[in-house]
Amino acid sequence: MTLSHDVLIVGGGGAGLRAAIAVAEDDPRLTVAIVSKVYPMRSHTVSAEGGAAAVIRPDDSLDEHAYDTISGGDWLCAQDAVEVFVKEAPEELLRLEHWGCPWSREPDGRVAVRPFGGMKRMRTWFAADKTGFHLLHTLFQTSLRYERIARYDEWYVTRLLVDDGRVAGVVAVELMSGRIEAITAKAVILCTGGCGQIYPFTTNAAIKTGDGMGLAYRAGAPLKDMEFVQYHPTGLPFTGILITEAARAEGGWLINKDGYRYLQDYDLGTPSPTPVLRSMELGPRDRLSQAFVQEVEKGRTVDTPYGPIVHLDLRHLGETVIDARLPFVRELCRSYENIDPVRELIPVRPVVHYMMGGVHTDIYGSTPLEGLFAAGEVACVSINGANRLGSNSLPELLVFGARAGRAAASFASGVQGAGTSVRPAVRAQVEDERRRLERDLLQRDGGKEPISAIREEMRATMEEGAGIYRSGSSLAKAADRLSVLQERFRSVRLEDRSRTFNTELLAALELSFMLDVAESIVHCALRREESRGAHQRVDFPARDDHRFLANSLVYRDADGSRRVEYPPVTITRWPPGERVYGR
Amino acid sequence: MADRIILRVTRYRPESDTEPTTQEHEIPLRKEWSVLDGLNHIKDHLDGTLSYRWSCRMGVCGSCGMTVNGEPKLTCATFLGDYAPGPVRVEPLSNFPVVRDLVVDIGDFMRKLPRVKPWLIRSEQEPPAAGEYPQLPAEREEYEQFSMCINCMLCYAACPVYALDEEFLGPAAIALAQRYNLDSRDQGASERTDVLSAAEGIWACTFVGECSAVCPKDVDPAGAIQRYKFTAAMDSLKALLLPRGAR
Amino acid sequence: MKTEHTPFHPRWYRPRVPVFWWLRRRSYLLFVLRELSSVFVAWFVVFLLLLVNAVAQGPEDYRRFLDWSATPGMLLLNVVALCFILLHAVTWLFTLSPHAMVVRLRGRRLPPAAIGAGNLVAWMLASALAAFLILG
Repeated sequence: MTLSHDVLIVGGGGAGLRAAIAVAEDDPRLTVAIVSKVYPMRSHTVSAEGGAAAVIRPDDSLDEHAYDTISGGDWLCAQDAVEVFVKEAPEELLRLEHWGCPWSREPDGRVAVRPFGGMKRMRTWFAADKTGFHLLHTLFQTSLRYERIARYDEWYVTRLLVDDGRVAGVVAVELMSGRIEAITAKAVILCTGGCGQIYPFTTNAAIKTGDGMGLAYRAGAPLKDMEFVQYHPTGLPFTGILITEAARAEGGWLINKDGYRYLQDYDLGTPSPTPVLRSMELGPRDRLSQAFVQEVEKGRTVDTPYGPIVHLDLRHLGETVIDARLPFVRELCRSYENIDPVRELIPVRPVVHYMMGGVHTDIYGSTPLEGLFAAGEVACVSINGANRLGSNSLPELLVFGARAGRAAASFASGVQGAGTSVRPAVRAQVEDERRRLERDLLQRDGGKEPISAIREEMRATMEEGAGIYRSGSSLAKAADRLSVLQERFRSVRLEDRSRTFNTELLAALELSFMLDVAESIVHCALRREESRGAHQRVDFPARDDHRFLANSLVYRDADGSRRVEYPPVTITRWPPGERVYGR
Repeated sequence: MADRIILRVTRYRPESDTEPTTQEHEIPLRKEWSVLDGLNHIKDHLDGTLSYRWSCRMGVCGSCGMTVNGEPKLTCATFLGDYAPGPVRVEPLSNFPVVRDLVVDIGDFMRKLPRVKPWLIRSEQEPPAAGEYPQLPAEREEYEQFSMCINCMLCYAACPVYALDEEFLGPAAIALAQRYNLDSRDQGASERTDVLSAAEGIWACTFVGECSAVCPKDVDPAGAIQRYKFTAAMDSLKALLLPRGAR
Repeated sequence: MKTEHTPFHPRWYRPRVPVFWWLRRRSYLLFVLRELSSVFVAWFVVFLLLLVNAVAQGPEDYRRFLDWSATPGMLLLNVVALCFILLHAVTWLFTLSPHAMVVRLRGRRLPPAAIGAGNLVAWMLASALAAFLILG
């Protein structure tokens, strides 16, 4: 049996579903399918809370949204991409509204907006504080009306097939049966999201293991700006559950152990009782997370069994506002911390949240590998530069999911023949992959390294070596430890021989992708000898536009060696300047 | 509080087993550990062959529904401390075929969902550039509760009607249909009538109410179904009594 | 893929529903009892029709009907039937209809408990009226 589609989408979250709908609407003759390792409504888009930014108010402008995004990204954003993004974001959010997304409303029935970190105007649309949940379910339910969108639910893609420099499909395992199949396609869109699971403490779901980044990297497509890892300033200790930035946008305060709003000490403005845009608690995430580390060093944080914390104070907002605007925050605090934010302080600490970097694409979602596209967190266009602004990621996955879908559709229409006959080179890759999965992993005896041990050590390595602050020596040490872990992974131990829903095999394959992605992060971070946005080098504390107003592109060559290139950042109308918040 | 607790976990391997068995593990008991943390401890340190689904561990992705001490629960939001001194029984969700260990097949729900047309239906689709369809906060509130469903399947596991009759559309699917029926922007209620008013639709429900009792998101599917019964009954009555034009 | 089945699909474990499943939970038991109550609702209808028939036939038949109704077996049956009818009525008034009906007062939706309370008041008034007509 040959499974074959014109366009194959890997990942069924927000970007993947939006891309699938775009393909289905673009050209009814094309066949399109989504391969996802979980049912689409389980995808991690579901966890996004705060909102989605797009210019809608008359007092706002596209240029202001672009400027906030570019300065927030410390001038590493591709400015042509940002211009496209801010222009198309309102239309995408309106389309979601037309598909039924329950956006919160103003009393007169218009869509409501709220302030958000690093944004100079109110432009963040929201559905209470479950924006990602509603967005994902709206997209998934809307996708059901297109019978032509085929789905491979709970299939795991292990490898991209490449034929003579062009993507030819994927090899995937069906979890239910364990069968390994090639699914051929004229175009493949990666929409697999981020890789927070390579760190010990993350808001990311268990499924966020960098699969798509690993797939592309191994197939020869470059990863871009991998050293930029966003720490969200407010995660719950132990679980890492996200407390949305909307909590601060609605007026929440960050206070240290003395009850002092410490952000005023870090060039983020002066405290005022009500929130001021681009100031204090509404500063950008990188600066807030860095301020936390400084507070720890000054001994002004609270020690807990799960490390130092500060407090998020929502008490002055009152029960009515919290229940109307932040019901999920209250629910999460009650369930997971046994506290009520109406009356008590919420313990928080920075937590790994988002990858600014990812598979290098242009503004059409197209990667340098012919026929391969990417959109959403797995991709790096880059509109996020060195630091993403809160509420830009949801519109990003819509805008670029749709763009990648349309581009892949037109690419697939242009590809002649192909399809049914599988070329020998591709067949050899399929056999090769089958052998790797069956013989090297499933039936292998004598492995001695437990998956969880390698995984835990990788996470500790990343936190110590490539955390909020890094140095040349911490990164070099991390690089060494990761290559040892890669070696240890070769003798990983698998006890589960079953074909049916073998989650141990899945964990091993995910770990292998994570190790590759972790190495790309550490090596890019080591080479970038400056501090910019989320990449803070203690040995190079200043931004260096002379050497590094450039994206890092890391390639893995066929022999396994790494190569990093630095093409200059695309600048259109906003020359690099100082990032100013609160003054 | 003792510092250890026993987890009794259902195992089932279709290749070799004819029916499920129970495996016992003693694990650390920590006050912030959920049942899911306990399962992860088993998988990472005691027995790597245990299979179960999980993802967000914040009660919103809907993956980790299982039966805990006889009750359908999201294991990420159910805490070991509440079951001390134990033991805690962890079984797959009821009313679904067991694929392996704690993994059940929800394909039946996935096939039923599109049948209720859970998407916004408009007689005429306007382009996004025309702006949003206005909706007052009170109109949004009308369907908000039913839009909170995370498809975790706890309601199907609790429903005795579904246990006895696999054809029953089920609580979550009907609640989602109602979510769109009650949305002021939707114009497709009549397109959903046939499926909802069929014998295996709302009328199969006998108002046990367990679906609403176990729902982790307070969706109240039982309420949604009874409301639709009322609507459907009134519609039939109108069709019977009123002349065609006045309906 | 929608219709594909795994090689082990036939071996997925499908537990049988046990015969006494309805004893597992209070709500299941109540549900089965409520289903059973329909038999007794039907019985009350039959009983009422018999009564009407007896009245129509004249005083002789009516007295015979009353004597028959007073036999211990009939009393027991009707007491049991009354209990089931009450269960049925209570479900309808206080659990089902408050959830099924949406009543708005000045634009705000009434909570289910308020509708239940309204039903209770209506029930009491109807009973008082009936008592007044019969006794008064």
